[in-house]
Amino acid sequence: MQDFGQAFSLAFQLLWTADADLMEIIGLSLRVSLTAMAVSCAIALPVGAALGMSRFRGRGAAIILLNALMGLPPVVVGLCVYLMLSRAGPMGELGLLYTPTAMIIAQSILITPIIAALSRQVIEDLHSEYAEQFRSMCVPVHTAVGALLWDARYSLLTVALAGFGRAVAEVGAVIIVGGNIAHLTRVMTTAIALETSKGDLALALALGMVLLLIALAVNAVVMALRMTATRYAYA
Amino acid sequence: MMRSKVLKVGITIAGGLWLAVSGARAEESIIVQSTTSTQNSGLYKHLLPIFRNKTGIKVNVVAVGTGQAIKNARNCDGDVLLVHAKQAEEKFVKDGYGVKRTDLMYNDFIVVGPPSDPARVAGIKDAPAAFRKISDARALFASRGDNSGTHKKEKRLWGASGVDPRSASGKWYRETGSGMGATLNTGVGMGAYVMTDRATWISFRNKGDFRILVEGDDDLFNQYGVILVNPEKCPSVNQAAGQAFIDWLVGEDGQKAIGNYKLGGKQLFFPNANKGQS
Repeated sequence: MQDFGQAFSLAFQLLWTADADLMEIIGLSLRVSLTAMAVSCAIALPVGAALGMSRFRGRGAAIILLNALMGLPPVVVGLCVYLMLSRAGPMGELGLLYTPTAMIIAQSILITPIIAALSRQVIEDLHSEYAEQFRSMCVPVHTAVGALLWDARYSLLTVALAGFGRAVAEVGAVIIVGGNIAHLTRVMTTAIALETSKGDLALALALGMVLLLIALAVNAVVMALRMTATRYAYA
Repeated sequence: MMRSKVLKVGITIAGGLWLAVSGARAEESIIVQSTTSTQNSGLYKHLLPIFRNKTGIKVNVVAVGTGQAIKNARNCDGDVLLVHAKQAEEKFVKDGYGVKRTDLMYNDFIVVGPPSDPARVAGIKDAPAAFRKISDARALFASRGDNSGTHKKEKRLWGASGVDPRSASGKWYRETGSGMGATLNTGVGMGAYVMTDRATWISFRNKGDFRILVEGDDDLFNQYGVILVNPEKCPSVNQAAGQAFIDWLVGEDGQKAIGNYKLGGKQLFFPNANKGQS
């Protein structure tokens, strides 16, 4: 298993020398997946909150559907987005295929159900605590939604990170709609796939380690922000 | 309130990060739908900077199998097609999707396998005969199974050998349904014979103890061609830049650059644009 040792020293070397190609790929990975996370949160949090608070016919079915969509295969999402954005497809005029925007769209579609389904559960649990209070104070719905989202913010942050994790780690969708073009749409996961196909397993593994470090760094930054915020809140 | 200040700082940092990593990209560029061997072997890394220095045109390569590259080009998702399956390329042009097909360069296919060589094919020059021996011995054979240029060639060789390997699919005939590199990884992993183009093999880093067993048959010739996607069919095609790339590739400078590309002292592609055009 000399590949592991080799991969370790390679990963360290790449980071230590701040390899220009690698930095570009890391930057694009972060840009695409963080944007996808932001877009998904903007859509999924209100949907999750609405679903968590309301009672209507067919709600059970909607929740089952949403939970099932958490298992959307990235390749299928990639294929659907490709067919939409292809020049031969309905949105071909936009010329978005093989751009970072296409990758953001695909990842957003992939993780919106995850963020919506998980935030629905979080909000529903919190709402069962607050419901009576809301009713007795006649709080309007949009205020209630705002209050719930705000009070659940730390749990929802974890939900958003789950979405980010899924987005930054997937390869099936971005390799189809991005095309793994060097210096344009190559991200960490597609670079790993490429090096694996070249048989350079040590380099592929080293990139994998770097990807893990990125996820670690993002989570650490979020945690630090959260701890600072808590400190100010109780100061 | 303090917490909103923290939030603002967070947003500013995120925004700054965004600006830092997103650069303006307004220069002229084309998309090449390509076979994988030209990318995996590092040929594009060698050629594209030379071309860009000369013309300022950035070439974006989408490297997929030949079958998928042709399919993508039919959907107008590319300006230039660079693949290696002459019949499919000629059909592409005949159907009106391509302007004209030009020979670009060649190398050859080889069959690699484990040193134990269970079917005793080492040194056989006649590829169909070697295939027949592999089938007789029921020795493992890993096929691309993905309708790529290499897979099409492999199917033709099986046809010439009189064996229908698909009847043994899942037994000794293993269709990976993936790219050349992935299939080589699989083949090396399970000790199966694999047919590959020589460029991918030379540049492949996970050879294990595998070696070249069959080579030198005229039938193993591997011709690459280049085609401009037809702007009449696909108005989005960047005709001027795409044609400039093709002209450079088949011209003196491009052909010389292709011939100059070596890996470990070995030439991977042999330019032949000026012989036999079609």
